[in-house]
Amino acid sequence: MRPEHPPEFPLAVHDLTVAYHRKPVLWDVELNIPEGTLAGIVGPNGAGKSTLLKACLDLIPKTSGEALIYGKPYEEQRDLIAYVPQRESVDWDFPVSALDVVAMGTYRKLGWFKRIGRTQKNQAREALEKVGIDHLADRQISQLSGGQQQRVFLARALVQDAQIYFMDEPFAAVDAATEQAIIKLLQTLNAQGKTILCVHHDLATVSRYFDHLVLLNMRVVASGPTSETFTRENLHKTYGGKLNLLDDVAHTLKNIGR
Amino acid sequence: MTLELLRETLFLEKHNTRLVVLGVAFLGATAGLIGSFLLLRKQSLLGDALSHATLPGIGIAFAVMSWMGLSGRSLPGLLIGATITGLLGVILVLAIRRSTRLKDDAAMGIVLSVFFGLGIAILKMVEKIPGQSAAGLDSFIYGKTASMVWSDFFLIAGTLAVTTVITVLILKELTLLCFDSNFASTEGWSTLGLDIILMALVTAVTVVGLQAVGLILIIAFLITPPTAARFWTNRLGYMLVLSTVIGAISGWIGASISALYSNLPAGAIIVITAALIFLLSMIFGTARGVLPRYLRHRKLQKKVGRQHILRSTYEILENTQDSPPLKNLPIPMELLRKHRYWAKGELPKLIRQARAEDHVERQPTGELRLSESGFGEASRITRNHRLWELYLIKHADIAPSHVDRDADMVEHLLGAEIVHQLEAALELAKSTIESPHLIESR
Repeated sequence: MRPEHPPEFPLAVHDLTVAYHRKPVLWDVELNIPEGTLAGIVGPNGAGKSTLLKACLDLIPKTSGEALIYGKPYEEQRDLIAYVPQRESVDWDFPVSALDVVAMGTYRKLGWFKRIGRTQKNQAREALEKVGIDHLADRQISQLSGGQQQRVFLARALVQDAQIYFMDEPFAAVDAATEQAIIKLLQTLNAQGKTILCVHHDLATVSRYFDHLVLLNMRVVASGPTSETFTRENLHKTYGGKLNLLDDVAHTLKNIGR
Repeated sequence: MTLELLRETLFLEKHNTRLVVLGVAFLGATAGLIGSFLLLRKQSLLGDALSHATLPGIGIAFAVMSWMGLSGRSLPGLLIGATITGLLGVILVLAIRRSTRLKDDAAMGIVLSVFFGLGIAILKMVEKIPGQSAAGLDSFIYGKTASMVWSDFFLIAGTLAVTTVITVLILKELTLLCFDSNFASTEGWSTLGLDIILMALVTAVTVVGLQAVGLILIIAFLITPPTAARFWTNRLGYMLVLSTVIGAISGWIGASISALYSNLPAGAIIVITAALIFLLSMIFGTARGVLPRYLRHRKLQKKVGRQHILRSTYEILENTQDSPPLKNLPIPMELLRKHRYWAKGELPKLIRQARAEDHVERQPTGELRLSESGFGEASRITRNHRLWELYLIKHADIAPSHVDRDADMVEHLLGAEIVHQLEAALELAKSTIESPHLIESR
């Protein structure tokens, strides 16, 4: 029987399997992300968290299954989506400024051949202001710190003015101030009714940051409101045999008093 | 005599070399422009595979045209042949990359050498076709500028003009592709399509450049100008312009010299010219050149050193006097030596530097005393340093995104209001604790 994936869900994944060179990385993923949630995807290294995002965005081929954005395939719904890739996925030595990168978020609406003008530059500047680094607009991107680079990516996503935000480890290797700035921004977006899906690796902050949680380890272990999903049993199932990690989990659970 | 000839050639006064020099300069400009994107897309080697894969096409085209009873050496025909096998080579690389787990460099190395070997063999075979002279076909390997006629020139110039116009039209799209192809693809741009366009542009330049530069060295013509340009700027726009200019100059000079000495292969001279420009750029390039970087580092070191010695002296004065106002008294070297960690030989060097700047003077007793200007500077540096420290302590939440700044710029960066607040806090703190450094040194 086909599980229910009604079109009101910003993201509905049905029977998704992804394999690299015949080795499955994700299999039989069934997932519904409710509208207006700030959702975290959590799981051990190699659990396929980034792969899940990329498969939903058609960046890597799906071996089987589908991912629907408000009931329709991704290529019909691009306008609704903003994507923040992992910071290491690009060459930060590239000869462009922070503002140039942020302005790339306007390219889709501009279309072929048209150059960015004052409107786009202003949009980009506003977005940089929202992430608190408008004073760095003209810096070459290699001269930015890791946290600042992450903020540039975030600003580019803001310029896209989307309904759903796909974020791949936005908190990875950033300073504490940037982490606070990012989460504040995500909460603001969330309060405007936007849906945010965020790959995350730090168990200690899960229950503070996210109201919806997907526990992933090559398959979906559990998915639902964080208050119901973030349990000792589910974490055991997700992190299973990884003993050293298990200690971390136990420690985390103790800290959050569960 | 020779100089006069060179001048005439460079300034296009000589009728028989004018076409060649203009054509190759134009080729260099276009190669510099497109090469920038090839470099930024990190596909330089693919360009190399492409150019080597053109050789069999040249031989085959020669054979086919001879067989059809045409002149085997018609340039358009040869270039069409070159394009076909060149593209075949690229497609083969991409196919190997997709369907096997071989790495890029292995795939390209195999395709490059196999096609080149095949090309050499085919050239040797077509030499034996009766009634046709295949002599000169090997100029496609090393390049030969002398053999350009008007129709060739129009073919080359036309192709280059179209290529340039297309590149300029899709600058934005190519930039996005090169910087973040995944993002481009989620935004609905066909990255495969853009990559194909980029490779088509590279192919066009490579193929029309074959005759002048030769297939072995054309890759240098594509890659050297943008690499050199990158040393001068961090802006893509400037880099593209500069790379175009460097390409044009290399082509201009290279073609002129090789036209004068007909036994010098054009490709080699052009590449050597470009390499010289590259070398100069690597050393002197204002954005990332070796020398400016070294000088900037030295300047920073000197500045930090000056701040260290002046602040240390000032802090010692504060430590050794009980009541304000602070008097500028001579201090024993011993105290300064112990005040903070100095690398071996650092302190004498810094003192020499400070004396040269008239910040300190040596007393006959061997003690060190701040000059009047040095005293003012020391007090300013110490105050700014403490303001920064205080700022970092008080505003730890927002500070990290601001701390990559110079301590000297405290007022400029934080604004008068915050500085006033900090100063007030500093006054308050003075009566109780002074500076974290002072506590340590007591």
